[in-house]
Amino acid sequence: MGATEVDVLKGVDLKIESGEFVSIMGPSGSGKSTLMNLIGCLDRPTGGSYVLSGTRVDEMDEEALAKVRNRNIGFVFQTFNLLPRESATENVELPLLYSGVREPRALAVEALKEVGLGHRLDHRPNELSGGERQRVAIARAIVLRPPIILGDEPTGNLDSRTGAEIMAILKDLNAKGTTLVIVTHDQAIAAHSERVITIKDGVITSRVD
Amino acid sequence: MLFWQVIKVAWRGILANKLRTSLTMLGIIIGVAAIIAMLSLGEGAKKQVMESISRFGTNQLKVRPGAARLGHVRTGSVENLTMDDAEAIEKEVPGIRSISPSAGSMGQVKYANRNATSLITGTTPLFMEINNFPVAEGRFFDETDIKLMKRVAAIGTTVKKDLFEDGPAIGEEIKIEGQTFTVIGIMSTKGQTSWFDPDDQVFIPVSTYMRRLYNQDFLNDINIQVENYEDIPDVKKGIERVLRARHRIPEGVESDFSIRDFSEMIATMQKTSQTFSILLSGIAAVSLLVGGIGVMNIMLVSVTERTREIGIRMAVGARRRDILRQFLIEALVITVSGGLIGIALGVGLGASISFFGDWETVITPSSIALGFFFSVLIGLIFGIYPARKASLLDPIEALRYE
Ligand SMILES: Nc1ncnc2c1ncn2[C@@H]1O[C@H](COP(=O)(O)OP(=O)(O)OP(=O)(O)O)[C@@H](O)[C@H]1O
Ligand SMILES: [Mg+2]
Repeated sequence: MGATEVDVLKGVDLKIESGEFVSIMGPSGSGKSTLMNLIGCLDRPTGGSYVLSGTRVDEMDEEALAKVRNRNIGFVFQTFNLLPRESATENVELPLLYSGVREPRALAVEALKEVGLGHRLDHRPNELSGGERQRVAIARAIVLRPPIILGDEPTGNLDSRTGAEIMAILKDLNAKGTTLVIVTHDQAIAAHSERVITIKDGVITSRVD
Repeated sequence: MLFWQVIKVAWRGILANKLRTSLTMLGIIIGVAAIIAMLSLGEGAKKQVMESISRFGTNQLKVRPGAARLGHVRTGSVENLTMDDAEAIEKEVPGIRSISPSAGSMGQVKYANRNATSLITGTTPLFMEINNFPVAEGRFFDETDIKLMKRVAAIGTTVKKDLFEDGPAIGEEIKIEGQTFTVIGIMSTKGQTSWFDPDDQVFIPVSTYMRRLYNQDFLNDINIQVENYEDIPDVKKGIERVLRARHRIPEGVESDFSIRDFSEMIATMQKTSQTFSILLSGIAAVSLLVGGIGVMNIMLVSVTERTREIGIRMAVGARRRDILRQFLIEALVITVSGGLIGIALGVGLGASISFFGDWETVITPSSIALGFFFSVLIGLIFGIYPARKASLLDPIEALRYE
């Protein structure tokens, strides 16, 4: 769609094991979000290959990609990306609707309780605080129990205390076996992870294992 | 995504913009209402024809002076059908059960200080039987009255009401065109048809009409009842042969009279209702087209406004066809809601046409089904492009949309 073509990522060679907790850091504009969108199957690489649980994602058709986004990956965005007109529960029901679950409400309520929002089920996003909105987004990401959770600066719009609470929830998920990849500018948050990848101008410059 | 969930989402999208959506529905509402009204008029005309047939009987023929011209108003200026013609037909054409010549014109009728202008019809006793129009009170004139050219009259119920209100009429003297007549009977009520009130008529013996009242020799029509419906073509041919010979019409020249049976009356009636139908179907077509374009426009706006929502839905697993279906159904909910309102409006419109306009209207289930079908069709035709546009959005572009 863009008028000019920009090569954002160049020669990324990255392998993430199942159950890992990886942070991605780097200066603004370095290509972190672009990398996360590729991992999350929202974007397609113009070249190279991406293998997810043994399957070539870059060769999948749209339908298969939608299914991967639905079942295998839970995405948490910096800007929450909730539907403004729908209640917390309805937002969390969304992935369930697209996977054909007949009675989505019970599962959605369960996920909301898990992130500590059992008392805000019928509130709309604009009736919730930033931290609460991000909890709704996490509930939506985990409601189908995907093996991978991706967070693109999930605490970027939150104060440090709320950010720490959100990180605690994510770490807990990782402890239960979910693969966790997050982008962050915050050293303190990156410190929680097992591995930090630094990216600069679209090239991975360092790995701390 | 389950069907009711899609409907729920679509409904919510619509409720978020009530005013905008209702304005968009307007074209569909008017279009569908016009369809329903149009069909109800057509059905009404059909029903009216059927009723006329059952009222007058299908084995009736009418011979009238002047050449046949479908749908044209006759001025009555042709004066070539006589009592002798009627007698000749009765004698020479087989298959006729009864025949009744009649002449008529508008005339002044007075009783005391009351005044009415009614159709004065001079005819014979068989008129009642042929037209299935019996006398209700008193008596009709008989052959003796005709022979003696008596000044007696049987009046229709509208005339009775105009002149006598609830008072007694039989035995009273009325003035027709200045001459004194005695009322001997009151007709039964025939009921108004769309163009003519048969109850606003005064019946007098045809001889009195011709010799005493107007001094004329010609008839306005000859009513004939045939023995069998199937014989109508033969009887028509017979009448044609007899009258052409009597009027000395050479081979190849058009007849100076016309013989009408019900197929022609039906054609005339249908032609009139057709004019209305064409007008209404024009309105329907234009408003459905304009309404459809309005729906497309509003859906395109909606897709743009909700680009981010589409991105979010795709990010959590909506497939292209889920998005397509959602927006298509949203368009359909708009047009079908508009269609249902339009159906209700059309039914009301039909009812008021028959109430104020003297036109019978009939709502059939098939016309409602057609109105519904059109609202679905418009939704599909004009909803598919915006829905497709929504479904082809790139998830990441859509999520970035401000
Ligand atoms: N749609 C686009 N068209 C053109 N260039 C783009 C597009 N999206 C991103 N870019 C460019 O790609 C580069 C990387 O963008 P990206 O969003 O991945 O950075 P980032 O590392 O996430 O930065 P931040 O920390 O600010 O979020 C930037 O230079 C950006 O301008
Ligand atoms: Mg970014």
